Amino acid sequence: MRTPPPRARPALVRPKVDHRGARPDSLGLDRTFVQVSVRDGLRDPDSEKALRALAESLPVVSVRFVQGYVLEGLSQESAGRRAADEVIGDPVTQIWSVDGIPGGVPADATVVSVLRRPGVMDPVEASVKRALAAVGLPVESVRTVRRYVVRGSRGRIAEADLVAVARERLANEAIEEIHAGVEFDTRPVHPAKYRFQRTDVPLRAASDDDLVRISKERTLSLSLLEMRAIQSFFKDAGREPSDAELETLAQTWSEHCKHKTLAGEVRFTGQGGPRTYKNLLKETVFAATKTINRPDCLSVFVDNAGVIAFDEKHGVCMKVETHNHPSAIEPYGGAGTGIGGVIRDVLGTGLGARPFLNTDVFCFAPPDTPDEKVPKGCLHPARLMHGVVEGVRDYGNRMGIPTASGGLFFDPRYVGNPIVFCGTLGIIPRELVKKAARPGDRIIVIGGRTGRDGIHGATFSSVELHEESETVSAGAVQIGNPIEEKMVLDALLRARDEGLLHGLTDCGAGGLSSAVGEMGAETGAVVELAHVPLKYPGLSYSEIWISEAQERMVLAVPHANVARLRVLCAEERVEVTDLGEFTDDGHLRLTYGGEPVADLPMEFIHDGLPRTPRNAEFTPPAPKPFPWSDASHDLGKDLRAILSSWNVCSKEWVIRQYDHEVQAGSAVKPLVGRKRDGPGDACVMTPIPGNPRGVAVSSGMNPRLGDLSPYDMAANAVDEALRNLCAVGANPRRAAILDNFSWGNCSKPDRLGSLVLAAEALRDVAVAYGTPFVSGKDSLNNEYMVDGRSIVIPPTLLVSAFCVVDDVRKCVTMDLKEAGNLLFVVGVTRDEMGGSHFGFVRGADGGAAPRVRTDEGLAAFDSLHAAISAGLVRACHDLSEGGLAVTLAEMAFAGCRGVDASLVQVPFEESGDGGVRDEILLFSESPSRFVCEVRERDAAAFAAALRGVPHARVGHVTTSDRVVVRGLRGAPAIDEPIDRLREAFVAPLRNG
Amino acid sequence: MNAPKALVMRSAGTNCERETAHALTRAGAQVDIVHLGQFLESPERLRAYRIVVFPGGFSYGDDIASGVVFGAEMRNRVTPELRRMISDGALVLGICNGFQILVRAGLLPATADSGGAQEATLAPNLTGRYECRWIRLEVTTDRCAFLTKGETFDVPVAHAEGRFVTKDESVRTRMRAAGQLALRYVDAEGGDAEYPWNPSGTEDGVAGVCDPTGRVLGLMPHPERNVEAWHHPDWTLGTTPAEGAGLSLFRNAVRAAR
Repeated sequence: MRTPPPRARPALVRPKVDHRGARPDSLGLDRTFVQVSVRDGLRDPDSEKALRALAESLPVVSVRFVQGYVLEGLSQESAGRRAADEVIGDPVTQIWSVDGIPGGVPADATVVSVLRRPGVMDPVEASVKRALAAVGLPVESVRTVRRYVVRGSRGRIAEADLVAVARERLANEAIEEIHAGVEFDTRPVHPAKYRFQRTDVPLRAASDDDLVRISKERTLSLSLLEMRAIQSFFKDAGREPSDAELETLAQTWSEHCKHKTLAGEVRFTGQGGPRTYKNLLKETVFAATKTINRPDCLSVFVDNAGVIAFDEKHGVCMKVETHNHPSAIEPYGGAGTGIGGVIRDVLGTGLGARPFLNTDVFCFAPPDTPDEKVPKGCLHPARLMHGVVEGVRDYGNRMGIPTASGGLFFDPRYVGNPIVFCGTLGIIPRELVKKAARPGDRIIVIGGRTGRDGIHGATFSSVELHEESETVSAGAVQIGNPIEEKMVLDALLRARDEGLLHGLTDCGAGGLSSAVGEMGAETGAVVELAHVPLKYPGLSYSEIWISEAQERMVLAVPHANVARLRVLCAEERVEVTDLGEFTDDGHLRLTYGGEPVADLPMEFIHDGLPRTPRNAEFTPPAPKPFPWSDASHDLGKDLRAILSSWNVCSKEWVIRQYDHEVQAGSAVKPLVGRKRDGPGDACVMTPIPGNPRGVAVSSGMNPRLGDLSPYDMAANAVDEALRNLCAVGANPRRAAILDNFSWGNCSKPDRLGSLVLAAEALRDVAVAYGTPFVSGKDSLNNEYMVDGRSIVIPPTLLVSAFCVVDDVRKCVTMDLKEAGNLLFVVGVTRDEMGGSHFGFVRGADGGAAPRVRTDEGLAAFDSLHAAISAGLVRACHDLSEGGLAVTLAEMAFAGCRGVDASLVQVPFEESGDGGVRDEILLFSESPSRFVCEVRERDAAAFAAALRGVPHARVGHVTTSDRVVVRGLRGAPAIDEPIDRLREAFVAPLRNG
Repeated sequence: MNAPKALVMRSAGTNCERETAHALTRAGAQVDIVHLGQFLESPERLRAYRIVVFPGGFSYGDDIASGVVFGAEMRNRVTPELRRMISDGALVLGICNGFQILVRAGLLPATADSGGAQEATLAPNLTGRYECRWIRLEVTTDRCAFLTKGETFDVPVAHAEGRFVTKDESVRTRMRAAGQLALRYVDAEGGDAEYPWNPSGTEDGVAGVCDPTGRVLGLMPHPERNVEAWHHPDWTLGTTPAEGAGLSLFRNAVRAAR
């Protein structure tokens, strides 16, 4: 689709990158500027892409893309030329130069250059250094530059105009700087060394106003009550806190790390009467898992990810994270580090799990949102979507982990606050699920170096975004380096297999502060911060302590194993640093160069957080009947409109950019059918090469129901995730599920009220279905403040489900297989048009929310699973957005087969005031329903397997190229060529 | 029969080593997965192997361009050793990123007149983006130890830089004459492939090339990802074989290495 023209935006303040007296080019080394470009006459996709981006806003006739490398430290010109000739330039397709733009700059051209701001991670630097060192050309630093030589179609384009558009289209000023002109200052910035000085924060005498001010100024995101608790602790201690101590508490007590709302006291009023939870999460989600008490749950809610049994030797684990706020500011880096972080979560589960699948679910405002509807300070949703997809793509693909499950949702209310869910599954030997750091173990950090990236990520994610977030929070942006993380993965799994580790966790939000604090919670720890290897000098001890630099893992290693770990990591070229020791005194002690900078009891860090009871309320909207009109409608047109709606339409453009085949494990792929365009219900992966035992993975989510009924929304999300598993042949009774809440600011009672209802539904439905929650996460401040007004996201609950499949060869896909086979509908349809996609495309609001009836659902899942296991089902697809009509259409075009069906026999039960009508049978979104394709000879056996479950034969598969569905009166209610339906489905996001 | 020793060479960012080793093992080889770093100081350790495979991945993040950094690291000692081994009859296979590495290292296409220089490159896909999809290959050479001329088989591709470009037309002419154009993309009917059947826009549909001896093969698609009965996307139709068609490439290699 087209992206709209650029908007005026507020002047950008440089991000707060503090170089502490840095002097440019302080090393006084020579620089070589190697510039590379594709030869004339050859096609260059990079130039073409830039041309497309710029031509939407400027009269541009051509763009030449030039990749630049500023190499520092090659003293002879000949060495610079060698670097270009022997390593950087490609003799087949490229031209290059070390003294200017290769090929020259035409008189009517304008040049714009984009490069990373100083201090922003550039993963290319390490690779270029390595390649040059390999050919005997060691360099001190490398900066990469993207340059665009732009020619106008109506004369030269003014530099200011080009820069204005480049700002929107070619660069992100949160992390990059833009220069106009052929010449610009390429000098690298080398920060000066840090001079130690302990900083204490006067807190004991502070007034309440002072406390609030200190919290805000230092981005601690602590409430007055929490600041008072800290003040009182230090009054008792008889001293002032150091900045590192304050930061430690702020990180550990952050909403992001502590989940203080969900784990706190909640007093609810409204729907269903007043009730109080002492600990909402414990009494709903955790309680369900406890009640179900399934023996195959090996580890739940205690580790980075929940683990269930895979086979006798292995467990399988899953974790899903949100990375919303970083993605709003810098979608590529934010989403990339989102997936990078959740991969480390799995890698850090037990003593190390091997990741075998990534999942992703994103929510944006519609990509065709008019420009004037995008509030100031926000990136346009189309740009956000592209950046997020590319970020996840580049990180996941480079890690060699397939991404084969996910979804995209659109609602205008995500405009200021996109939602980015990233998930990872891993496989782990069962005996390695448990871990514990012991006193005397060394505290070892491996992986990437520490820089200023991502400082205050944990506390930043715990506040609302606002129109200046882009400027004030740039420090919170993280840039990932997936190759570093792959090296860490390789080293770590070797160390695991050699039995070198006692404990392990990832460095995520809160950095070392959270990782060491968590691992040493039961023991105590001493850490020497001056030992931490840095990307560049100048970091203070507290910056080192809370930096969220990526690709680091913290290990507890017995003294005797450290030497072996060093050898192994050297082979993998992974840096190993010994930071200190786990102790037995229950204190966290930090030093910098031997000077004490923090000393806090673990007990206060982990249990000192004062609990704030929160009020929650929810009043359901008054019931409203669906506004049926008696005018005749073309229901085929409604069907195509639903297939073309943003939430339903094909996501192939995204899916194909992800490697879903790496590791050679995919047995049921994300797109299925003869033309590989059918949306599969769940993916099925085999994590062990050659072994047909698999894991099916799915998700359920429907924010459209959230406004109507948060309880039913949550219940439907669980049902959808499980019926997706059932549809591919997995047994939902063996599934485990995860909850991810993304909500508005839950200190406001109405936001929290809807969350309480959703949590209650999760508890009720999980218990009824026997599916334990094994992990979860919440993100509770998804609002965007602009001009004093808050844009709140719709309540967004993602339920992810995974399930072991004994033999993937028994799985089924949703594409129709053979003409002549019979079609059955399984499950009951009711008049539940509330929140439906039919209502959405008709612009009609009303109707009851679909209600999950777990007794019906369970019976349908059990019987259908038995039928699929017995080989009686050729194709199966669940009914979700768009109901029966969409399901039949998708099965038909995926299988390149026609359908002849009738609505007369579809099992229906009256639940509302009105009677039955074609539209309800076709488009109602009642849960726990499926369509199955069954061979005629298996029909009796299928019916026997489904005994007791409402089901009906509704038609058959044809050789024709049409989907024909006859209405209650016998005439076709829908009669559409499958090519037309496919085109409706594919068109909206064909090219992103 | 003895199992020939096969090496799967990995480095930072290699990520298809496990499934590649699995396919080789299934085909009857005895497989080691070893880091490139182990050979930089002692390249003679390579001589223990009859088959050397460069698997897929993103070595060094594809920084600068795919395969460049890996190629630079191999240049001084590993590449010369590989050349000696190839002339002694060892088999070398590069898959996806491995293909890109062999091309940067001048081990492919290594036409008669190359003198060891880089003669070709794998340029960015014309779509400008990474793509993962199943495609169909046709074997267009009878010179290659890994392949049987005329066979077609389905395997997935997953890459952003797969467009095979030669330095000039003379390289292509020499390659054609020597039977080095080994594999091409074809469409569902076996005819010339247009996008998406030709996912990168590579000229003449070239998907894989061999050296003049036929004992060095590089290809963009992933044969190791079509090995099991459940790999092919059509397996639920019940029309696909009990063993993935990609396995035959590895079986041929093992047979030729014995």
